[in-house]
Amino acid sequence: MIEAYELTKVFDDFLAVDRVSLSIPAGSVLALLGPNGAGKTTTVRMLTCILAPNSGRATVAGYDIIEQPERVRAQVGVLTEQHGLYERMKAVEYLDFFGRVYRLEAAERRRRALNLMERFGLTNALDKRLGEYSKGMKQKLALVRAMLHNPPVLLLDEPTSAMDPHSAKLVRDAIIELQRDERTFLITTHNLTEAQQLADKIAIIRSGRIIASGAFEELARQFVGDPVMELRTAAPFNGLVKDVSDLVTVESSGDDWIRYRTTDPYSINPALLRRVTGLGVDVVTLAPVSQTLEDVYLQVVKEDEGVPANGERGG
Amino acid sequence: MASAAVKTVNTGTIRPGVWAQFRWTMSNALIITRREVRDSFRDWRIIAPIVILTFLFPFLAQFVAGQFVNYVTGFGAELIGERTIPFLLMVVGFFPISISLVIALETFVGEKERRSLEPLLSTPLTNTELYIGKTLAAMIPPLVSSFGGMAVYMGSLVFGELGWRPQPMLIVQIVTLTTVQALVMVTGAVVVSSQTTSTRAANLLASFIIIPMTLLIQGESAIMFLAPDAESSTGIGALWAIILGMVVVVTLLLRVGNSIFNREELLGRTIDQLNLKSAVRRIWRHMRMVDATGRPARSLVEWYRGGVFASLGRVKTAAWITIAVFLLALAAGFALGQTPEWRLTLVATGSLSETATNLGQYMNISTQLGGFRFILWQNARILLAATLLAMFSFGVAALVLTPAVYVVLGYLFSQVLLSGVNPTFMFAGVLTHGIVEIPVIVIATAAALYLGAVVTKPPKGMTVGQAWTAALGDTIRIGIGVVLPGLVLAAAIEAYITPRVVLLALGGG
Repeated sequence: MIEAYELTKVFDDFLAVDRVSLSIPAGSVLALLGPNGAGKTTTVRMLTCILAPNSGRATVAGYDIIEQPERVRAQVGVLTEQHGLYERMKAVEYLDFFGRVYRLEAAERRRRALNLMERFGLTNALDKRLGEYSKGMKQKLALVRAMLHNPPVLLLDEPTSAMDPHSAKLVRDAIIELQRDERTFLITTHNLTEAQQLADKIAIIRSGRIIASGAFEELARQFVGDPVMELRTAAPFNGLVKDVSDLVTVESSGDDWIRYRTTDPYSINPALLRRVTGLGVDVVTLAPVSQTLEDVYLQVVKEDEGVPANGERGG
Repeated sequence: MASAAVKTVNTGTIRPGVWAQFRWTMSNALIITRREVRDSFRDWRIIAPIVILTFLFPFLAQFVAGQFVNYVTGFGAELIGERTIPFLLMVVGFFPISISLVIALETFVGEKERRSLEPLLSTPLTNTELYIGKTLAAMIPPLVSSFGGMAVYMGSLVFGELGWRPQPMLIVQIVTLTTVQALVMVTGAVVVSSQTTSTRAANLLASFIIIPMTLLIQGESAIMFLAPDAESSTGIGALWAIILGMVVVVTLLLRVGNSIFNREELLGRTIDQLNLKSAVRRIWRHMRMVDATGRPARSLVEWYRGGVFASLGRVKTAAWITIAVFLLALAAGFALGQTPEWRLTLVATGSLSETATNLGQYMNISTQLGGFRFILWQNARILLAATLLAMFSFGVAALVLTPAVYVVLGYLFSQVLLSGVNPTFMFAGVLTHGIVEIPVIVIATAAALYLGAVVTKPPKGMTVGQAWTAALGDTIRIGIGVVLPGLVLAAAIEAYITPRVVLLALGGG
């Protein structure tokens, strides 16, 4: 649904986006992560045909961003970094205006607007002037605007940044639901938990370059190594590390726990359990230590900065 | 949430046929206009002056007109009183349209400042539709107020005590002037807005619009009082000329606005920072480069081959336009010389030999060196002035300043022919150095025209800033590579050789 190949954007002498390639199939979510000024918004603007790339090419919903900009924009719903509402208008007028711009029929724009406002809990605010909306309500209305014409592709810049937890969940649920309906999403966010939760694929951009890209599990394996397992015993047990050293390489340990990495948990974990119980030690838990996108992100950025990877990598 | 496909979506598709496309464009533009106008009418800061200027000010103006007519009539100066009435009509019309400048700045840069522009730019609307929509939105409320105010003023004068019976054409002229003035201000405001990111900066730059407009209004007022054809049924000639000039300005500003009002320009600029160092570096790079990759020339020959000739290729169209204008100027000068009131009484043939003697005496080295310097400086400064002025006039100044010489030449040529004098000496006096000088001036004028006009339609894929920087690089390259050496050569020929050739043509020696 979105195919970008070596998109590059230069502002005067500043290289904002440097040969960015992305591939987002229909019905999937890509989270574009990166520090402020990394080139996320510029990439989104190029995919929305607001900015023209200096080189490279891309298609969105099958349309070329250089040759068919109006067609691309018709297929895309955009939530911009700043919600940018017309504060003197009422929500109903605002959505009607955008519905007209997208040439929706009168009944259709009314129906879509009401459905979406209801979906995001804004029905009571339909006749309120937008200047009176709270920050979160404005963000939700901007999202409603982006979805109004039922676009197959949604480009969302920080979709839940100003929202309370309940509203943020509403938005995440909406994204998941739309994804099932074969909608394609590109989300830029600083909320790594949200990105991990929603995205099928992560791309990390820094200084205009994509420095890592793939599914979370792939990135985790690549940058923070194989999953770490933790074994906890019922009571402190001296010499455990030594007794299992031929099976696993213990990375860290305490009085009643050890952590190790394994590429083959299916054979190593049962063997380890057998060994430990054979030693008469009661096992409380054997579980993987969860890896977070934050770990991956920080490691990717650290490596890109030229800081040598620490010993945790690999396995 | 999953819903059925939406029935109609604006895909921005080109509609078959010019008329259908026009209707589609206008209907999209009017969606913007309606929203903006409605928004404007919700702002009391816009509503209040519009109401005052539409319904109160005309009555004040009508009262002033009545008082003034009575006052000057007491001194037997009825004419001044009569001419004050249309003058005040123009003022009544102008005051409301001055608001259009404020609305335009608010509509364009204000929206950019509030960041509400980007969602609009993400829709399928084309740049032209957005531009037309916003331009109309900035014009409609002030023009409605202006026309309303004028109607109220005229109504009170025509049906009131004064029983004013104006020349209908004068009213047409004032209404037309008001409309084109509003257009100039709005289109100018778009250009100003594009160069700024804040309304504060835009308001500062707006003085570039309001000051010339004020001066123009003063000029129009003087014309309305002093024009000998003020009572003519065809209107005042000078006002038609101003209207025509304004239409040209509006056309140019519309072109500039349409090229500037694009997504790239609007969102590419984030701060009002003058990066002189970067600009100079880009111009320098463009001056030296010999291919599209920006590779600098390694030798003078390569610079001429890949650089200067490439620049000359880019100003080719401008050069043809320049040649056409020069020929027109020559013809205009010649035609002017044919009119009896412009005819000169030329010296008798006998005096030409005296001229030849004087010319012979002039042929000494020191005077020739002085002549060389003078000619070089004279040509160079005219071309430099034309280039500088062209930058601020979309190239128009280049086509006004330099062709003036050709009007004079055409005129003189006609006088020589009319006097029965053999024109050979004139050809000798012009063409000897003109073989070099005329093409050089054509090229220099074309480069200046290109530099000024490039902002009205930047080459595809370039922003206005990039196009202008590149054009400046081309102009400097042509200036150094062609114009300067050409002017030196032409001045040398004119100082040292032309007088001798003229002398021969006059029969001296």
